[in-house]
Amino acid sequence: MTDLTPLTPAAAAGTRPILSIRDLSVSFLGARNSWTRVIEGLSFDVAPGETVALVGESGSGKSVTSLSVLGLLDPTTSRLEGSILLDGHDVLKLDEAGMIRHIRGQAAAMIFQEPMTSLHPIYRVGDQIMEALTSHRDMPKAEARRQAIALLERVRIPNAARRIDDYPHAFSGGMRQRVMIAMALASRPKLLIADEPTTALDVTVQGEILDLLKDLQAEFGMAMLFITHDMGVVAEMADRTVVMLRGRSVEQGPTAAIFADPQQPYTRALLASVPVLGSMKGEPAPLRFPVVDMKTGVAGGALPLRSKPDLTAPILDVRDLVTRFDLRGGLLNRRVARVHAVENVSFRIFPGETLSLVGESGCGKSTTGKSIIRLNDRSTGSVRLGDDDLFGLGAEAMRRKRRDIQMIPQDPLASMNPRMTVGDALVEPFLEHRMGTAAEGRVRAARLMDQVGLTAAMLERYPHEFSGGQRQRVCIARALMLDPKLIIADESVSALDVSVKAQVVNLLLDIQDRMGIAFLFISHDIAVVERISHRIAVMYMGEIVEIGPRAEILERPRHAYTRQLIGAVTVPDPARRHLRRNLAVTELRTPIRPLDYAPPARRYEEVAPGHLVMVEG
Amino acid sequence: MLAAVLSRLLRMVVVMFGISVITFLIFFATPSSDPAARIAGKNAAQETIEAVRKDFGLDRPLYVQYGLMMKRLFVTRDLTSFANRGQQIVPAVAAAAPATLSLVSGAAVLWMLGGILTGITAAAWRGRWPDKLLMGISMMAVAMPVFWVGEMVNLITQNRLHDTWAFSWVPALGYTPFSEDPGLWFRSMVFPWLTLAFLYIGLYGRMLRTGIIETYQEDFIRTARAKGLTGRKVLLKHATRSAIIPIVIMFGMDFGVLVGGAAVLTEVVFGINGVGRLTYQALKVLDLPMIMATVLYASFFVVIANAVVDLLCLLIDPRMRRA
Repeated sequence: MTDLTPLTPAAAAGTRPILSIRDLSVSFLGARNSWTRVIEGLSFDVAPGETVALVGESGSGKSVTSLSVLGLLDPTTSRLEGSILLDGHDVLKLDEAGMIRHIRGQAAAMIFQEPMTSLHPIYRVGDQIMEALTSHRDMPKAEARRQAIALLERVRIPNAARRIDDYPHAFSGGMRQRVMIAMALASRPKLLIADEPTTALDVTVQGEILDLLKDLQAEFGMAMLFITHDMGVVAEMADRTVVMLRGRSVEQGPTAAIFADPQQPYTRALLASVPVLGSMKGEPAPLRFPVVDMKTGVAGGALPLRSKPDLTAPILDVRDLVTRFDLRGGLLNRRVARVHAVENVSFRIFPGETLSLVGESGCGKSTTGKSIIRLNDRSTGSVRLGDDDLFGLGAEAMRRKRRDIQMIPQDPLASMNPRMTVGDALVEPFLEHRMGTAAEGRVRAARLMDQVGLTAAMLERYPHEFSGGQRQRVCIARALMLDPKLIIADESVSALDVSVKAQVVNLLLDIQDRMGIAFLFISHDIAVVERISHRIAVMYMGEIVEIGPRAEILERPRHAYTRQLIGAVTVPDPARRHLRRNLAVTELRTPIRPLDYAPPARRYEEVAPGHLVMVEG
Repeated sequence: MLAAVLSRLLRMVVVMFGISVITFLIFFATPSSDPAARIAGKNAAQETIEAVRKDFGLDRPLYVQYGLMMKRLFVTRDLTSFANRGQQIVPAVAAAAPATLSLVSGAAVLWMLGGILTGITAAAWRGRWPDKLLMGISMMAVAMPVFWVGEMVNLITQNRLHDTWAFSWVPALGYTPFSEDPGLWFRSMVFPWLTLAFLYIGLYGRMLRTGIIETYQEDFIRTARAKGLTGRKVLLKHATRSAIIPIVIMFGMDFGVLVGGAAVLTEVVFGINGVGRLTYQALKVLDLPMIMATVLYASFFVVIANAVVDLLCLLIDPRMRRA
């Protein structure tokens, strides 16, 4: 599989494709009995052993395509036309029984985006794999079990023979995705459909899963249809790429060609918006994403941040922040263990500066953000905002102080009251803090809507009437209503499509330029962090392992974990197609400790000005 | 496991203690509930009432009275009624309990079977006529008051059609203990069971249908279908088992409450001398010892039924075993 011939389309190579989609159209039944077309005239082939990526932003119809191949769309609310030939069967002409006999779990198998919810929570993982084995062929139970263990070993799950009897909740996200892969492999499918298989996973785990899929593809010789929004993953996985936009294929061809010489403006725009780690070498200040002309797809120049942080006195000074949660259980609900969510975290942020907290899920970065504004009352240490120690304030004083620190949430829709207009939501905190009259609040809200790229007329709308990117702009406007000195942005751009993500990051930088607000930017996305940060702190298991200026951390990382984290980031460069990270298979480590655990005293070494690294041992 | 059982027992004692104290205090705060006046009878002279008060220890502090009552209820078991002189409380409750238990257990079997069947069938044919028919009937079952349904059943089986071949086997209203005549016990209970179960079949069927349909939105159902499982297996093994957990929890509540006396309407309509009826009569004459005994009995069953349900949920859903 290492030669370059698989890059040619199947037809040219003379082999019959395993999957051949011709002129596929899909319509969904919408409100008032109208049919909406979500896929229009889509055609592409997947040759045996080949990997084809379907790439596009949300709403482009890539997942609908994959569900169509397995006939998993609800027949009462969807209409499919065209043809899908899979392993010699015309999928659209098969009935449900035929799909079960020939297609699902036979010729094709599928893995999904959400490993946490895709396994049945109340059956043992072994039983679920055995079910996939026995539902299509007669097999004694002992044999099925033996094969299930073998499959779990194939996907490199340690202690497979023992873990087969565990329930899904005993596995981490990455391990669950491995179980899903094992289950998909049970039928030895000729085609594996992977629908955003690593999107919900941490970067290091994503790297492990991508490696695994490459290995298994070579072992089993199966074709893969890889659905993703992540250009880095495409570059690394796919022989050929189909770029989708609003249900149509915009451009398709060998991945290397698409990346090197994109023909269509949309493809160019998509590639230009992707944050690329390492693209900021030598840049002294945070840099906006280049503005892409959506008509031509040509990227313009990128504007750097003009204002400089004011290094005279920190706006936020966090010292020895500790947050621990007790786990209860047993007789009388006693304390049985303790989660050391945040352990001795100290940092400072200056006015007009952005400090990013990066790390993987469970590392304590979000808890740090919440602890600072006292959203949980279990923290000790000191947090000084300007001249006040937030942990020493009374309830009313703290309420007034909240004006100065605002948050931008990860999920804007979930964080807004669906029954309140955006205008009311914006004005409410303004009135609550007695900053003026309702009319003044309206004027201010209208001006801020303008500043975040929306219009004042939109104030009368409800949150569901906005797109995802617009909603995040509304949340930014809401945070600005109170003239905050510091904004905590907790994964604020993680859920957005690449082009929207670039726009929102640019907006945050605009705001910083104009108002000199400091940001605590919490994210797992290191490529975005590189764009926006002055300084970066890397967290692992509740502790900061390394903190320093952006260029120092990303270009000269000292701590082993920082290096691992940076090495796992995917880069949209097809030259990395055959890269293997060879990471050790790791179970997620959690900071749950016995009650009598005393955290070791940590020492930090200053390796460069302002660049501190935790000393191991 | 032992810790779980122990902590549950402890919780039960605390709950029952709390309920008994509240019942006791509310009784003494109720106007014209003076037990001495009640025991002495109508138009008794003030001196007689005072004498009774002294005799029964009703002039002592409340906490002493409470202690005495608990002692006579649980230890010596010779607590007597305030209303019917000489009537012993514990034997009266013990005599009423089997009738209620028979009624509720039989109905429970019917409504669980009927409700689960209804819910699964309706979900399997969702949106088509079997679903609409079953949900229509269920709505009616929920909407019709149980005493009205009971009276209608009586009208047909005891009155209009009693002498035809169809219902001549139905005995007269009333309860016959199982130990006396199992055949008669069964025949006399059939219609009370059906009447009580009808309402709950409607409730449970609707709830299970909704639960199953919601479960079909879950990612793991998509996984099961993508594996190539048959529709039947997806429905019965994957969707129903998850959707049944809230049903089991609700069953625990309903069963406990009904055994504790909430089936009073059915009992009255069918002339069954059960706990519900006993409580109702005691409330009418403000008979504290009887109220106390039946309330504690009811709370006992609610707590026990919930404990059993918790254990059942542990069996169904392994995620709950972690805590």
